[in-house]
Amino acid sequence: MSDLTRKTAVELRELLDAKEVSAVEVATAHLDQIAAVDDRVHAFLHVDREGALDAARRVDAGEITGPLAGVPIAVKDVVTTKGIPTTAASKILEGWKPPYDATIVERLKAAGMPILGKTNMDEFAMGSSTEYSAYGPTNNPWDLGRIPGGSGGGSAAALAAYEAPLAIGTDTGGSIRQPGAVTGTVGAKPTYGGTSRYGLIAFSSSLDTPGPCARTVEDTALLHAVIAGHDPRDSTSIAQPVPDVVAAARLGLQGDLTGVRLGIVKEFTGEGAEPGVLAAFRESLEALVKLGAEVVEVSCPHFEYALPAYYLIAPSECSSNLARFDGVRYGLRVGDDGQRSLEEVMSLTREAGFGPEVKRRIIIGTYALSSGYYDAYYGQAQKVRTLITRDFETAFSKVDVLVSPTTPFVAFPFGSRTSDPYQMYLADLFTIPTNLYGGPAISVPCGLSEGLPVGFQIMAPTMADDRMYRVAGALESAVGTLTPPAL
Amino acid sequence: MTIIALPSYDDAISRYEPVIGLETHVELGTQTKMFCGCRTDFGAEPNTQVCPVCLALPGALPVMNRAAIEATIRIGLALNCEIAQWCRMARKNYFYPDMPKNFQTSQYDEPLCVDGYVDVTLDGKEYRIGIERVHIEEDTGKTLHVGGATGRIHGATESLVDYNRAGIPLVEIVTKPVPGLGALAPEVAKAYVAELRDIVRSLGVSDVRMEQGSMRCDVNTSLNKPGEEWGTRTETKNVNSLRSVERAVRSEIIRQAGLLDEGVRIFQETRHFQETTGDTRPGRSKETATDYRYFPEPDLVPIAPDPAWVEELRASQPEKPSVKRARLREEWGISEVEMQSAVNAGAIELIEETIAAGASPAGARKWWLGELARRSNELGIELAEVGAGPAQVAELQKLVDDGKLNDKLARQVLEGVVAGEGSPAEVMAARGLEVVSDTGALQAAVDEAIAANPDIAAKIRDGKVAAAGALVGAVMKTTRGQADAKTVRDLILSRLGVS
Repeated sequence: MSDLTRKTAVELRELLDAKEVSAVEVATAHLDQIAAVDDRVHAFLHVDREGALDAARRVDAGEITGPLAGVPIAVKDVVTTKGIPTTAASKILEGWKPPYDATIVERLKAAGMPILGKTNMDEFAMGSSTEYSAYGPTNNPWDLGRIPGGSGGGSAAALAAYEAPLAIGTDTGGSIRQPGAVTGTVGAKPTYGGTSRYGLIAFSSSLDTPGPCARTVEDTALLHAVIAGHDPRDSTSIAQPVPDVVAAARLGLQGDLTGVRLGIVKEFTGEGAEPGVLAAFRESLEALVKLGAEVVEVSCPHFEYALPAYYLIAPSECSSNLARFDGVRYGLRVGDDGQRSLEEVMSLTREAGFGPEVKRRIIIGTYALSSGYYDAYYGQAQKVRTLITRDFETAFSKVDVLVSPTTPFVAFPFGSRTSDPYQMYLADLFTIPTNLYGGPAISVPCGLSEGLPVGFQIMAPTMADDRMYRVAGALESAVGTLTPPAL
Repeated sequence: MTIIALPSYDDAISRYEPVIGLETHVELGTQTKMFCGCRTDFGAEPNTQVCPVCLALPGALPVMNRAAIEATIRIGLALNCEIAQWCRMARKNYFYPDMPKNFQTSQYDEPLCVDGYVDVTLDGKEYRIGIERVHIEEDTGKTLHVGGATGRIHGATESLVDYNRAGIPLVEIVTKPVPGLGALAPEVAKAYVAELRDIVRSLGVSDVRMEQGSMRCDVNTSLNKPGEEWGTRTETKNVNSLRSVERAVRSEIIRQAGLLDEGVRIFQETRHFQETTGDTRPGRSKETATDYRYFPEPDLVPIAPDPAWVEELRASQPEKPSVKRARLREEWGISEVEMQSAVNAGAIELIEETIAAGASPAGARKWWLGELARRSNELGIELAEVGAGPAQVAELQKLVDDGKLNDKLARQVLEGVVAGEGSPAEVMAARGLEVVSDTGALQAAVDEAIAANPDIAAKIRDGKVAAAGALVGAVMKTTRGQADAKTVRDLILSRLGVS
């Protein structure tokens, strides 16, 4: 039965519909796979075997039906799950059990999807390698000595290790797409506001976007459809119908892109990108042209400022969002010996509870928002954001989607970029502009470089998530999916 | 530390000109909190009106309460402000345990209402106080220090936090600096706060009770020599009654004058008003050094009130208290001073409702400003809570007007009413307090009195009518006060053949 873990969500639903397997069997197969391989992969911070089996039993009893009922899922540990530990991979939240479910978790439960557990990540989603998890890194199933990307490395690795057919990620600067790229899986960042942030532990409120991860485009679209849609508990949630991403993915999979204009960004020169990554990207682009697509070069002159603007806006918001972790109401409390002042206890708690990257960003953000520096840093970054949004709008008046490599380099060895934060930040060079704009983007596997996966990124206008799924489906039909080496 | 001799107030004000400014916080009376559905009842068990949002649990997000926006716009309109067509909330970042998020969601450079004014009247003269801004923000929780002296953090063994208040909507109303008031600055400050309280109360958006903290004042004061630039201001917090507003300004004028006399610089600082001593003490110096790192709140969308909605609100604003007072003065036929005492007693609405229930203006005023005001003062409770309502007061007055009760009996009936013994008619019946209107019984009492006092009767017969008072008193005594004095007097005079 272990081959159930090799199935896509679509295939699992077919087997369930045909009553060839039960949801309990599907969940058990994945739980067994986790038990078998996760000591090497470390994709999970917490496995909820009983909860997953309970949910599966309810599906088997016919209590819940639907397109993904009985298909298990892994959830990034930055998303609250009622009664199940949620730490954001930080010591400061060690052992915290939320009293409430995130909106997207409510939707997963309502769809009858057993939650296998919580996946590893960079602490508070700050990082591109999961090396900043307080609980140790996740290893890339393609090469256990290399990073699985980040921050959502655990979700991506769980897919590549066949521990889960579907996973939830969150994308602030590329945390769904870059892990997808380096693990040979699919990851989509929906339009900002297209998926609810209620219950997503905030890193950067104006950028954070929960989204679907899977091994195929169609599976990704199916999960997207389950979690997306307006949520009155999130003020920034968009009160509009969700584009039909499933139909768009299926249309794309038919392999016809006649009349679709793909934009390549002139300013993404490829400088700093690995040759193998660029080669895989170009080959995939040619494959799309063969399907009828047209390639147009467009200029986005402000994209070069995206990285610096992002590293002011995101840390500024994070410095405020993470202020609530003070040891007063929940999580870690250090130094409360009855002698120390409250301020000292807060200080000691935060000193012990936050890791180095989180502290770095809190300090950067605190500085950028300080009186006297605000205009020069935060204010200026917001102006850049507006200019980048205009770049996107201008580009989308000429092309249907923009395409690029997802990340400049394949999975790198552990420790190779932690000594210089900027080298780590470069991993998100191609993914960050979309976050600043707010539009949707998806990473789809497009081949190998030096035996490691390369991701192809498709960016679309806001609320045109369906458009990127069509191109993604077409790409998958042309280049196929990737199969990682057996663990 | 140098001890500085303080000048008298008159002395201080003869040499310095004060500039004052007031920041007033009004807790809105919305049913639910500003960003979540938690209730806002005052005095509930600690931490029973809380949820993931107002406890700032990880992942929780705020959603704006429309009623709070509406109330803020109503206050802005009543203060003649412009209403912003587009504005944002901002985060004010600082660490404090009674603030769950360690930032307060407030407004910074984009307030909802700007540039208004309010006219206040003091001794018949009108003063225009400019309003800089009216903005909306959330309240914090309350910290209780246990084990130390008098609830202070110093020496406390434990600090307890109640988050019930956290997230209740607050409106902050900031005046422009007010120069040129001279010696009247303290009184005008008080009159402004009183007017503001009346305006907000008339809108029905807050119960504006300073003693419960639903209205709180910070008072800014600076002094300058005539002709010179404005001085450095201090901000006095913890000013929790109308009287304290006046005392705080006055004491700060005296204190600053004392320092300036000695050539000591005034520092911009936060001070705390002391109810017991009536002066101000320095607050924590850290408070002034805080950099709040304001930035637009990314979890909330901008507030963009539909202009048509704002016009709807404008059209449905209640009558302004100043306009209403002028109208009622006319209708009730009373002087400005008499109106002021009714305002001060918080009796306007009660008198209005009593009149609506059928009493004459004079009758209604008499009870609310007399017997009932005295009782509310004695017990230290609101006039509306003394135990008698407008309908009962109107009924009581009708019994008087109908001659069933005289003044003295009516007061006894009122005692029974506030004691919860029933309606005035019921109390009158139960206590047997009705005026004796049976002339047969009265006649007997009159005859008895005349017979017992032949000398007085003779004087009256001789035309000394004033002497009848003694006989009336005697009759009242035998009827235990339950006779109508005028009827008794008429009976005595007619019996003695004097008309």
